[in-house]
Amino acid sequence: MKQKSVAVVGAAETTKMGKIPDVSVIGLHADAALNAMADAGLKPTDIDGVACAGISPVELAQYLGITPTYADGTSVGGCSFMLHVRHAAVAINEGLCTTVLITHGESGRSRVGAGGFGRAPSSLMGQFEMPYGVTAPPTMFTIPVLRYMKTYGVTEEDLANVAVIQREWAAKNPRASYKDPISVDDVLNSDMIAWPFRKLMCCLVTDGGGALILTSAERAKDFPQKPVYVLGTGESVETPMVSQMEDFTSSKAFRVSGKKAFDEAGISHADVDHLMIYDAFAHLPLYGLEDLGFCKPGEAKHFINERNTAIGGKLPLNTNGGGLSYMHSGMYGMYALQESVRQMRGIAPAQVDGAKISVCHGVGGMFAASGTVIFSNEA
Amino acid sequence: MPPRILPEPTPETQHFWDGTRNGELLLQRCKETGEAYFPPRPFAPKTGSRNVEVFKASGRATLHSYVINHRPRPDMGTEPYAIAVVQLEEGPRMMTNIVGCPQTPEALVLDMPLEVVFEKMSDTITLPFFQPAKG
Repeated sequence: MKQKSVAVVGAAETTKMGKIPDVSVIGLHADAALNAMADAGLKPTDIDGVACAGISPVELAQYLGITPTYADGTSVGGCSFMLHVRHAAVAINEGLCTTVLITHGESGRSRVGAGGFGRAPSSLMGQFEMPYGVTAPPTMFTIPVLRYMKTYGVTEEDLANVAVIQREWAAKNPRASYKDPISVDDVLNSDMIAWPFRKLMCCLVTDGGGALILTSAERAKDFPQKPVYVLGTGESVETPMVSQMEDFTSSKAFRVSGKKAFDEAGISHADVDHLMIYDAFAHLPLYGLEDLGFCKPGEAKHFINERNTAIGGKLPLNTNGGGLSYMHSGMYGMYALQESVRQMRGIAPAQVDGAKISVCHGVGGMFAASGTVIFSNEA
Repeated sequence: MPPRILPEPTPETQHFWDGTRNGELLLQRCKETGEAYFPPRPFAPKTGSRNVEVFKASGRATLHSYVINHRPRPDMGTEPYAIAVVQLEEGPRMMTNIVGCPQTPEALVLDMPLEVVFEKMSDTITLPFFQPAKG
């Protein structure tokens, strides 16, 4: 895509977050969409492009009363929204539509109007992973980590410290699910989920949603909010089965998506003021920092332990508290994007002073997919 | 306890499950490059060649990575149990369970040698598990 050719002009999360037993999945999509439209000063008939994951864009368009000339149902897990932003940028540049609404809504905790878990027993995961007792992401996303720990001498304390530092960020965020400080010992004494993973190394399970509205950079100037420009984007997919990941110490999808986004943006790592790395589990910021090129392989634990990603550090990371402490409804990528947009608008609860470039990196499935969006607040 | 969740073979994978029922771990390889691959499919990934063959693997592997699951899975009922990925001697990796040893970090050491064993789960499905190598 062309740098800064499109911008985010509307961004909002659902009115409530956390536990929302009185709203269904599609209701969460709609609530977030209406909030984002109010943010942008638009109504449904002003939207001509729709994108969402979890539900079909057909459902979204009909429910809101939108007649789109562009619909994107890309659904590759929690980073789907990064891919939606990328595809929307191209669609707007090519004239397929002018104004794209991207929504997420998930009743992860209350399961109102939500589908069930599980894969068909005839799928490859159903045949070659499910029979061995995997249950949900906590027993799959975590499987490569012992290999990573052995290769680079990473300890359980190192994993715990990721959660500790993110809780420090969450403490500054009034909407965060968990704000009380935790110690490494607290993490290591929390319930065992799937050794070496303890409960506090795993994301929350909540209800919520979010929505973004994108249009051309040229039109963006006429909207009420400060435009947040899309500077570069990347995407890739690797495997539907974590057991078939090429390298257990590094995500190929992360590397490919991240490099593409940095190349498109034409920036170096030193230019990045703010970083979001989708943290469904405590190991993901470690893999992300290395696979995006901020740290050499094996060095992310030192980078985090030396508080470079903490409050006051040189690379503020997951400043909303992340999936570990802020919220995680199942497909967290939308909340990472929302935080990047807030940081670029200068309105985040834990605002990074003077931040001009934000990198937002997502994962889908269990290292299955990846999407990266780099934002700038300068035209 | 609900019945154990078991695979439903497809035409592309039937040979693998026929193999385990007969006590054989069957892989496939590209006849042009010789590269073995898993899970089963009627062509070789990357080259896209349909010129492939099924062959019997040695059953030797090493422990590549794992977790020890403490979460309930009603059809298993044996928590905590290890869910492992093993590195097969022929190159591919596969998910499995490690049997014949305690399900503890002390007993399950990365890179330890393993060998395949087969356990009949139903009339049609036998699962391949791995145990510490005896040789």
